[in-house]
Amino acid sequence: MIQLTWRQFRAQAMASFGLLAVIAVVLAVTGPHLVQIYDTSVAPCAAHNDCAAADNALVNHDHFLQGLGIVLVVVPGLIGVFWGAPLLARELETGTYKLAWTQGVTRRRWLAVKLGLVGLASVAVAGLLSLMLTWWASPIDRVNADPFGLFDQRGIVPLGYAAFAFALGVTAGMLLRRTLPAMVVTIAVFAAARLGMIWLRWRLFAPLRLVAQLRFPNASGHAGSPVQQLGPPNPADFVISNVTINGAGKVIGPQGAIDLGNGMYGLGLRVNHGQPSVPGAGVCPNAFPPLTRNATPNPGLAKAGQVCFDKLGIRELLTYVPTTRYWPLQWCELAIFTGLALVLAGFTFVWLRRRFP
Amino acid sequence: MTDLMTASGLGKRYGRRWALADCTLRVPQGRVAGLVGPNGAGKTTLLHMAVGLEKPTTGTLEVLGGRPRDDAGQIGRVGFLAQDTPVYSRLSVADHLRMGAWTNPNWDAGLAARRIGELGLPPGQRAGKMSGGQRAQLALTVAMAKRPEVLILDEPVASLDPLARREFLQLLMATIAEDKLSVMLSSHLVADLERVCDYIIVLASSRVQVAGEVDALLATHWRLTGPRRDPRTLPADFDVIEESHTDVQTTLVARCDGPVHDPAWTVGELSLEDLVLAYMRRARGGGLASGRGAGDGDTGNGDGGNGEGGNGDSGSRGLRVLR
Repeated sequence: MIQLTWRQFRAQAMASFGLLAVIAVVLAVTGPHLVQIYDTSVAPCAAHNDCAAADNALVNHDHFLQGLGIVLVVVPGLIGVFWGAPLLARELETGTYKLAWTQGVTRRRWLAVKLGLVGLASVAVAGLLSLMLTWWASPIDRVNADPFGLFDQRGIVPLGYAAFAFALGVTAGMLLRRTLPAMVVTIAVFAAARLGMIWLRWRLFAPLRLVAQLRFPNASGHAGSPVQQLGPPNPADFVISNVTINGAGKVIGPQGAIDLGNGMYGLGLRVNHGQPSVPGAGVCPNAFPPLTRNATPNPGLAKAGQVCFDKLGIRELLTYVPTTRYWPLQWCELAIFTGLALVLAGFTFVWLRRRFP
Repeated sequence: MTDLMTASGLGKRYGRRWALADCTLRVPQGRVAGLVGPNGAGKTTLLHMAVGLEKPTTGTLEVLGGRPRDDAGQIGRVGFLAQDTPVYSRLSVADHLRMGAWTNPNWDAGLAARRIGELGLPPGQRAGKMSGGQRAQLALTVAMAKRPEVLILDEPVASLDPLARREFLQLLMATIAEDKLSVMLSSHLVADLERVCDYIIVLASSRVQVAGEVDALLATHWRLTGPRRDPRTLPADFDVIEESHTDVQTTLVARCDGPVHDPAWTVGELSLEDLVLAYMRRARGGGLASGRGAGDGDTGNGDGGNGEGGNGDSGSRGLRVLR
């Protein structure tokens, strides 16, 4: 049965691994050069005091090949569409399943070998591609220091995407019994799952939070909006949100953009009956110096404004994922997609068993 | 000895439609059984259930004493040639034989090679580029070389031209005779089956109309011609399959297990085709006439007042077969 599956899959497999070999050669030829640039210009840059220039030179190298990262986004989808969807759909569509299932091999084994062999090839393609690109781009990635920026084009998650896309294609083909509709459904569901994961990824483990006092613009500061002072501890950390909250912890505005009113009085707090207030948080409980229209900022006003912020409990809240969670998140996402793939594969066995005697 | 096929109350429903209903059969082993019926009668459904490609909705079915299911032993005993003989169009003739060898424990490579040689099929030829007749022969070779105990063929000659049809059946018969295989094959044409079958099952309107040894069926079915007479007055051992009347004469196709003694009848023999067609017509007419007799039809005409004024003699119409 393995020979038969290989015979049916041979042409596609050889074309794909051939293409992979070409990419491997190109990367193997160009990769050492990047390492060399890193070692000779970026590593000792502090001594020459030209780190910005050195970084720039490396990051702008081989733009076209850096774009190969996109391949890792696309390839799992292609695997689902061209390897997964036709795997059963074509047999069901052309009626060859009647030939295959009446040979001396049980359907269970037939399916197990097909899923096993082609599924393994799918994961291998994604794995090799990711390995090659992760290695090739490592000097550039080190300079960019933005691991979350290319989270789904590096490391081990592409293996999970490939496994899931393949199993999804097989399942769609089995249920729809037509190759073309199965391909369309596969790409649509796969894209939806990936987009959903991009949202879910950062919320998998409870994100970390930082809270800080919101600073009222001081006398010399520019009028209008409060001063932001929060940033993630490491610039490479992934910031989910940076918002302004009130005393009850409720979000009253996006990052620093708390609306202090439209220039009604100088610094522009909203004023009702002579008493300033902050929209979403309440009326300032403290005394203010006399407010005049178009008053210039002054220390008394800034101090009263700060007291108001503090008394109302208006703070800045930063939610972020630290870079130390990079690998736990990679493993977790791999586990999610591999788990989904296994569930789908199990479903194909159950379905064939229930649908047929 | 176990039977080629036994079915009891077997039925298959697709949605609301019963493709096969209440099928009870016992086909002995060692026969070449023909399954005949019009298109859509349920032949493919029955054969697919026999090889484990479909699940029965009701009833039980056994082939060679075993329930058709996903079991290597049972699959190995039954060879199947599906309708339109599906083959892998991108694989070559040789690939198909290799497939057979890889997947069947009892594969007879010698038989396969010999047959392909006799047929003159080039081993490197892609199956997708072959004619319907060549594809059918290739698929039959694969089905035979797995050395099954029973061969089930679904409309094996439907897509072939008359010459290829005859050659296919001749080759089939020659191989069967050598191997002492049991065979069940379906066709919508009696002529295809007449030459090769010694057992026949007539399937129409999703039901088995009649089944039995061809010789026994021909020995108990007669064409009776005599003076005009109401068939309801016939003795109880007459089973009228079909009747037609003129003003003075009545012609019946009837089953009668004993000899026909009544001298009023002229007794004629039936060909297998006549017999099968009589059963098929009865099945088709059954749905039409059972709920709504000829008399009701007349009343309907009268009520509708559609101007067929002079058709008067409802007595004689009542006995006329509606076509």
